[in-house]
Amino acid sequence: MSVNALDVDNVSVSHNGILAVNKISFSVQEGDLLGIVGPNGAGKTTLFRAILGLQNYQGKIKLFGYEGHPYTTLLSMVGYVPQKVNFEPNFPATVYDVVSMGILPKKKLAKGAALIQSCGCCWNRIFSTSTKDHEKIEESLKIVGLESFKDRRISELSGGEQQRAFIAKSLVKEPLLMILDEPVTGVDMDVQNKFYSVLRKINKENKITIVWSSHDLTAISDLATRVACMNRELFFHGEKEEFFANKDMLKTYSESAMQLHMHKHDM
Amino acid sequence: MILDILSYGFMQRGLLTGIVVSITCSMMGLFLVLKRYSLFGDALSHVAFGGIALGFFLNIYPIWTAFAVSVSTALGITKLRKSTKISGDAAIAVLLSSGFAMGVLLISASHGFTIDLFSFLFGSILLTSVQDALLIVAVSCGVIVTLIAIRKPLIHFTFDEEQAKVHGIPVEKLNYLFVALAAVTVIATMRLVGILLISALIVLPNITSIMMGKGFKNTMLISISLSVSAVVAGITMSYYFNLAPSGTIVMLMVAMFVGTLVAKHFGMFSKKTLHEHNMSTVS
Repeated sequence: MSVNALDVDNVSVSHNGILAVNKISFSVQEGDLLGIVGPNGAGKTTLFRAILGLQNYQGKIKLFGYEGHPYTTLLSMVGYVPQKVNFEPNFPATVYDVVSMGILPKKKLAKGAALIQSCGCCWNRIFSTSTKDHEKIEESLKIVGLESFKDRRISELSGGEQQRAFIAKSLVKEPLLMILDEPVTGVDMDVQNKFYSVLRKINKENKITIVWSSHDLTAISDLATRVACMNRELFFHGEKEEFFANKDMLKTYSESAMQLHMHKHDM
Repeated sequence: MILDILSYGFMQRGLLTGIVVSITCSMMGLFLVLKRYSLFGDALSHVAFGGIALGFFLNIYPIWTAFAVSVSTALGITKLRKSTKISGDAAIAVLLSSGFAMGVLLISASHGFTIDLFSFLFGSILLTSVQDALLIVAVSCGVIVTLIAIRKPLIHFTFDEEQAKVHGIPVEKLNYLFVALAAVTVIATMRLVGILLISALIVLPNITSIMMGKGFKNTMLISISLSVSAVVAGITMSYYFNLAPSGTIVMLMVAMFVGTLVAKHFGMFSKKTLHEHNMSTVS
């Protein structure tokens, strides 16, 4: 029996009486790479925070078919890379230290694995069961291309390199699902391209389900298998070809990045 | 010369408790500094003063009352901050002044200031009784063992609370344990440098080691080494030059900090970083 990696059912989130997310419903199948687009303030981060248990919400959210108590166990197997990780700039951790924070205790890993098997999901491990923690860290750093930076302090890295380190931290815990919230906003094109190749690799080779929000429609059209479009409400969820063929849909969002994209295609 | 001072029981007790306390303080202090809770230790020490005064007032062994008052206040203020969204610095100001005011009030209501009370204010490591020494060493060892046991989730929690929560770490419970351990550490440190200088022991070795250290473990080891060296040198110097140990220890720590700051200014540590940066770029 196959279940969805994520089910969001009629979810609403309010901030001080203002509705940030309004009755959103969608599902993400295992192995999908869902690109979520929407203007700033559309509620993307709020929705992610609700999925991650960091925000109160109304409605139902299921991870691999579970909600309630097993949900928190499975949550530990979700990789999350926010727009910006707010850490103390003087934090003396090296890149290796940061990535090692992602290692899950064996007990928790076993508990999560048992749940996944019982829900009938295919758990594609990134590392073999015998791989030691040190090897996992080294391998994760290799996937994101930061092997030579492992002994550097995290604060010495550029914004893009830091984001790659945080992706490595998420990978090391062998996630079933990765939630990436505009992870390369404000970094240069070269780093963005490197990041996109990492994204493609972990989705195709490691079979990790990815939910990714971005303003970069070109990257979304290249990488995503499905697209969701929201501005507090969900306006579209489906195949990416369908989304990009629908210019009325794109027009609905007056966000500058989207308009730029349309101009590019019209010219 | 060192053997000479070790022949005295009070020096043995002073050095033993001093070393154990300095290790505890620098370990706990690194988390407090990185979590921007540096002044929380100072506030707790003022609350501890209230607890000590309560002990004198009720005629109970004051360290017990200090433990009870500090730990319960630390837990209470954490709960209050969570439920009322009071900002951290405001909570510290309230804690600091109310703890000290309670102490002053209780002292004025009982016998006034005593030598014992002064020893808690300014430290009296060389006057530590066997009972005090045993209690301080036992409590400090308990804090060290707990910190080692919870180091991984605690480092993650200190680095980024939200990420730690998503990782499945019970951050709220961990936060309560963390502040309770901080309160216990403060009480254990009182005898060494006194209530008024505790924050120096928490902050100084750590901000110095952060400038030098590469990696969390390395930084903690540097902090412990600096702290233990300052305590041993401070106690020894205070014996030979007839100085107050607490002031000597803290001034040595200040000297270490200023020395490191000057060395960093002249590029001692940045050169190394630049070299490593070049090496990694080449590779």
